[in-house]
Amino acid sequence: MSIITYREALNQALREEMSRDDRVYLMGEEVGVYNGAYKVSKGLLEEFGENRVVDSPIAELGFAGIGVGSAMVGLRPVIEFMTWNFALLAIDQVVNSAAKMLYMSGGQYNVPIVFRGPNGAALQLGAQHSQAFESWLAHIPGIKVCSPGTPYDAKGLLKSAIRDDNPVVFLEGEMLYNTKGEVPDGEYLIPLGKADLKRAGSDCTIVTSGKMVLVAMQVADQLAKDGIHLDVLDLLTIRPMDVEAIYASVRKTQRAVVLEEGWEICGIGAQVVDFIQRECFDHLDAPVLRVHQADVPMPYAKGLEKIAKPDAAKTIAAVKQVMYRA
Amino acid sequence: MASKKKTAAKGTPCTVRTAGDPALDRELLHSMLLQRRFEEKTGEAYALGKIGGFCHLYIGQEAVSTGIIGQLRPDDYVIGTYRDHGQALVRGITPRAVMAELFGRIDGCSRGKGGSMHLFDRNTNFLGGHGIVGSHVPLAAGVGFAIKYRGGDQVCICFMGDSVVNIGAFHEALNMAALWKLPVLFVIENNRYGMGTSVERAAAVDDLSKRADGYTGMDGIVIDGMDVHAVRDAACKAIERARTESRPSLLEVRTYRFRGHSMSDAVSGTYRSKDELDEYQSYDPVFSLRDAMVVAGTLMVPEWEAMEKEVAAIVQDAWDFADASPEPPAAALYEDVLVDTTS
Repeated sequence: MSIITYREALNQALREEMSRDDRVYLMGEEVGVYNGAYKVSKGLLEEFGENRVVDSPIAELGFAGIGVGSAMVGLRPVIEFMTWNFALLAIDQVVNSAAKMLYMSGGQYNVPIVFRGPNGAALQLGAQHSQAFESWLAHIPGIKVCSPGTPYDAKGLLKSAIRDDNPVVFLEGEMLYNTKGEVPDGEYLIPLGKADLKRAGSDCTIVTSGKMVLVAMQVADQLAKDGIHLDVLDLLTIRPMDVEAIYASVRKTQRAVVLEEGWEICGIGAQVVDFIQRECFDHLDAPVLRVHQADVPMPYAKGLEKIAKPDAAKTIAAVKQVMYRA
Repeated sequence: MASKKKTAAKGTPCTVRTAGDPALDRELLHSMLLQRRFEEKTGEAYALGKIGGFCHLYIGQEAVSTGIIGQLRPDDYVIGTYRDHGQALVRGITPRAVMAELFGRIDGCSRGKGGSMHLFDRNTNFLGGHGIVGSHVPLAAGVGFAIKYRGGDQVCICFMGDSVVNIGAFHEALNMAALWKLPVLFVIENNRYGMGTSVERAAAVDDLSKRADGYTGMDGIVIDGMDVHAVRDAACKAIERARTESRPSLLEVRTYRFRGHSMSDAVSGTYRSKDELDEYQSYDPVFSLRDAMVVAGTLMVPEWEAMEKEVAAIVQDAWDFADASPEPPAAALYEDVLVDTTS
């Protein structure tokens, strides 16, 4: 085991997969000479050359489409969006091209591609740079959506995503890149579509993913001191969602809070609550509550931004409410 | 009349060379005639409710697909728009498989899941008809990128309508194709109208081929799209440039669609006049070649009649096949959303 950053974990995943399969290439803005806007691709240009680490112009729609076209005929692109905010310009290629190609071609053209980059808010970047797109992307049949919160998960999931023969959306986090965690020294994979019970407790389940996993773990530590023991279920992959893991946890704890970074309306939490009420209705001792971003564009002012974001205090309040301890 | 200056032949009479190989001419004529009669049959099937949804006929533009696709190798690639029936046929998808797809049947080239706008065929490297204007142009650049990545000498032909030159995806793709020297032919089938909006009302440039001037190393070429030989000659050079020098080209092929934009669009009367339609029909690519061959003595009238008869039989067979093919079973609904493999 080594302790490395989330950024280094992603870098290792890219390096290992590019070494393993010469059809894998990385394309995006500043991925090569600049070593990546967030240094995820540091050293890869030097190691693999400019044919496989390709600096693109600022043209998200164009290079996302180039990725899809190349994947249709046998390459395995990893397309880096400097942030998912910019990927809105390319959403046509993700939704209309990548996600639908297999289906509308009657099974003839699969698209083995990974679209990756940071998602969600960092600090005081304002409304256009602080958006969490999990629910937008997870809405679409034909793609998989991953949202890892730790270095271990980031590496194992990205390697699986690159080997998957389907389009995979891979949501990272600017605030996660510097976080550290233990990662095995040898190769390992984490399967797509499987949740991970990050912490086992008996009193309430928190269903979450991505950056919010760290918040949930803090909450679990803090509430443990009050004698409240949480199941922290990290979805890891949002589509396909590991509903069995959700059911198993909620049937055990009989209470749940869904914690997500994005907005409330039609969010991931809405879908999780739907799954729970359909399959665990008789097990529930309280309504399932949700913690999410305030239903506003992200403000710049520090104080406003803080109260707009989901955090530990809001999550604790929600847990206490479903425990009827508020 | 103003439109005359913008005719497919750009003010010059339609000149069909017949000095060529008579066997080649017969092949070209057959290829175009098949598309013509197939599309007429498609129109009939649509009127009878055999075909649903949006359906865009290719009638009038046959010289473009025949002139270009006919010169490709089997390992080259073709990608296009929702007006894709003609290209699919010329590329070698069988009339049966195309018609069955239009009918939404299991034996269609996309197993009934794609429809008129989404014809695909892996066997002939036909990478689809795509329904969002402009979105397939970056895909074509991506195919070119893959060819170059692997060091191959294939080419990718990307068909598009004139309206595409005004959308961002077109510019982004052409920029990267030129920057990275990708072996792609971007073929604008300029039929004068993006749906009902004329080129002059949509593009701030008279000559669409000039869009290539923004990208160093990319040739912009204007071609008379009613003359299959002119299309062949120009495409041949561009294909060779792509194959041997890995250089992209922008071909503006001036053509005209003799039917409406889609089945719901009147042939003339709203955004274009009957006179204009009549004028372009006088340059009909199929009959121009036929007439020139007859005049040159390389096609006898009985031969033409036999060709018509043969093509009619092929098209009727496609209809019968499609009509007899089953609809996809309900179990197909959830198939092919994802593959369950890894590499």
